[in-house]
Amino acid sequence: MLSFENISHGLHNWLSAIMSETPVVLIELTLVALAAITLFAALGLILVYMERKVAAVIQIRKGPNRVGPMGIFQTAADTLKLVMKENFMPDSVDKFLYKLAPFVVMITAMLILAPMPFAQGFQIWNINIGVFYVTAISSISVIGVLMAGWASNNKYSLLGAMRSGAQIVSYELSAGFAILSIVALTGSLNLNDIILSQQDGWWIFKGHIPVWIAFVIFMIAVTAETNRAPFDMAEAESELTGGFHTEYGGMRFALFFLAEYINIFIVCGIGATLFFGGWMPFHIGHWEGFNHVMDYIPSSIWFFGKTFFLIFVIMWFRWTFPRLRIDQLLNLEWKYLLPISLFNLLLITVIAIKGWHF
Amino acid sequence: MIEEITTAKEGEMVINIGPQHPSTHGVLHLLITLDGETIKKLEPNLGYIHRSIEKMCESLSYRQFIYSTSRMDYLSAHINNHACAMAVEKAMEIEVPERAEYIRVILDELTRIASHQLWWGAMAMDLGALSPFFYAFREREVITDIMEETCGARLTMNYMVPGGVMTDIHPNFVKHVKDFIVQFKSKIDEYDTLVTDNIIFQNRMKNVGLLSAEDAISYGTSGPTARGSGVSCDIRKTHPYSLYSKLQFEEVIETGCDSFSRYLVRVKEMKQSVKIIEQLIDNIPEGDFVAKTKAVIKLPKGEFYSRAETARGELGVYIVSEGGTTPYRIKFRSPGFSNLSALNHMVKGYKIGDLVAIMGTLDLVIPDIDR
Repeated sequence: MLSFENISHGLHNWLSAIMSETPVVLIELTLVALAAITLFAALGLILVYMERKVAAVIQIRKGPNRVGPMGIFQTAADTLKLVMKENFMPDSVDKFLYKLAPFVVMITAMLILAPMPFAQGFQIWNINIGVFYVTAISSISVIGVLMAGWASNNKYSLLGAMRSGAQIVSYELSAGFAILSIVALTGSLNLNDIILSQQDGWWIFKGHIPVWIAFVIFMIAVTAETNRAPFDMAEAESELTGGFHTEYGGMRFALFFLAEYINIFIVCGIGATLFFGGWMPFHIGHWEGFNHVMDYIPSSIWFFGKTFFLIFVIMWFRWTFPRLRIDQLLNLEWKYLLPISLFNLLLITVIAIKGWHF
Repeated sequence: MIEEITTAKEGEMVINIGPQHPSTHGVLHLLITLDGETIKKLEPNLGYIHRSIEKMCESLSYRQFIYSTSRMDYLSAHINNHACAMAVEKAMEIEVPERAEYIRVILDELTRIASHQLWWGAMAMDLGALSPFFYAFREREVITDIMEETCGARLTMNYMVPGGVMTDIHPNFVKHVKDFIVQFKSKIDEYDTLVTDNIIFQNRMKNVGLLSAEDAISYGTSGPTARGSGVSCDIRKTHPYSLYSKLQFEEVIETGCDSFSRYLVRVKEMKQSVKIIEQLIDNIPEGDFVAKTKAVIKLPKGEFYSRAETARGELGVYIVSEGGTTPYRIKFRSPGFSNLSALNHMVKGYKIGDLVAIMGTLDLVIPDIDR
């Protein structure tokens, strides 16, 4: 069967046959980098289009429908417009930080793509501390946001950046504990091992109610971490006009915008991997026949299907809920989510030790 | 005053909200002093859209000046026109035909629903929920279509003239209004499910922007803003005009004094307006739609005042006449201006995120404040 694994292995064997090891590694690294950038751009275009269509359906309107069939080239046209715009920079900004900030945010988002298992055996970097790597790198993006808010020399930006800082630092705790609960059940930080442990059923079905609680907390926390409504304090256009990217325009703004969508994809990918088995098809215990049928659906479809479903849920949040206030946001985390997730982690650890899960 | 506020103390920050800002819904400029995110002081800076309508009216005839009032509170254009027409009718002692009164009240209440719907959508948008805006506009569109069919305009109607209304209603008017009522009644509960009952929304609205009944009166607030503080001030009840004394409806009063009460007042008022329209729409009497008046209206010497309940509160029209064809002086008591004056008192000590939740419930229309 034509799978990503076969393609990558075939490519590696072919390259190894015609040249020595060093150039092979260099060529492969270049290819991987190109693939990552292409994926980055493609995901950005697809997710922006998806968001606009989802919003349109919820808001009883049509959404983009002029550029190309069903408006599918609308986001490409928008990107073209943003690229061609003047790279305007206000006079009194801190020029170095102002230019650096969008790249920090974008590079962080790209780095997290590395350990993501897109399909069976298709992963840029099979690192043994995958989960830890993801949580560690994702917290860097707050530095980019703070940098943007501070460098812009704008009061709205500063307020937005400060809110964003408080918010991301707080919600990382809950997200971390939700992730840890699956690590406790699996006993491994490696994303591949976590997926393989779900061979006889996804954790969301195997782990009883505590895993459901962990999943709900995870979804709330990552929505807050990616600065999405109802937790879009950092932008809050009706309060702070544009929040931390008020002073950004053209491609620099687009980088923030793209990074937001890539971050959504990443957190939903992680969520799908931890709770819904990533590329693992839907398996039920020892029903060999049923499991075998499910295996016929390619693993990449399973991964992207689950991820895009979670992305849809997050978009659904955005177009339904009003925004929280900053103090309510922090109360929710420190007074409710954190104690619940701490207790829940304890419960899951007991379940894992006693082997009470299926 | 502005100089005083711009010299902020140590640790405080002065921010300009507006004149271009998404949640001022117009060219309102607010200077706010912040300590962190807490608002210490708020100073509205007016005049960006001042068109001196009152001065302009002094050189317009008593038929013409009514049209300029559609441009004040453009969301209550019919009610503004109604108040002005009433002032002239009172001075001239013109008897308005029954049919005209029915048409006027139906259109007034439709205007109120349309205005509250726009406010409802904008309010939810201020709090970050963008979808309700589209739902509100779905129903509002039907009303503007009815307006377009009846008076040819969708926003600045200019339909009420001294003595009645300008033209007779369209033959389809009754049917379309009835269709609208059926549609609206099926959707109004959806609004509650989506927004009013939402826990985030309630947390944002409850216990912010407290305005006690005493303060509401001393700041001169009126309309839903005052009624949310438990003050009975509905002109349709306290000083009934037109047909309102004969109609069955309740004055909506909430005693919570916070943003949520003001929100509830407006939502419930929409339901009361539907109730009023239902009583009238089936029995619009036949007859003239306008009383016979002279081509050139000359008001007798003296001072004349009329008041009407617009979607935002009490609109007063004060005319001083020297006996000529144009007024000597006209003064409008606009609800938005007085309601805005209470804002500084209401936002003190709250967060910047609360500012939009409080300002939104005042339902400010900037051309009404600046005139």
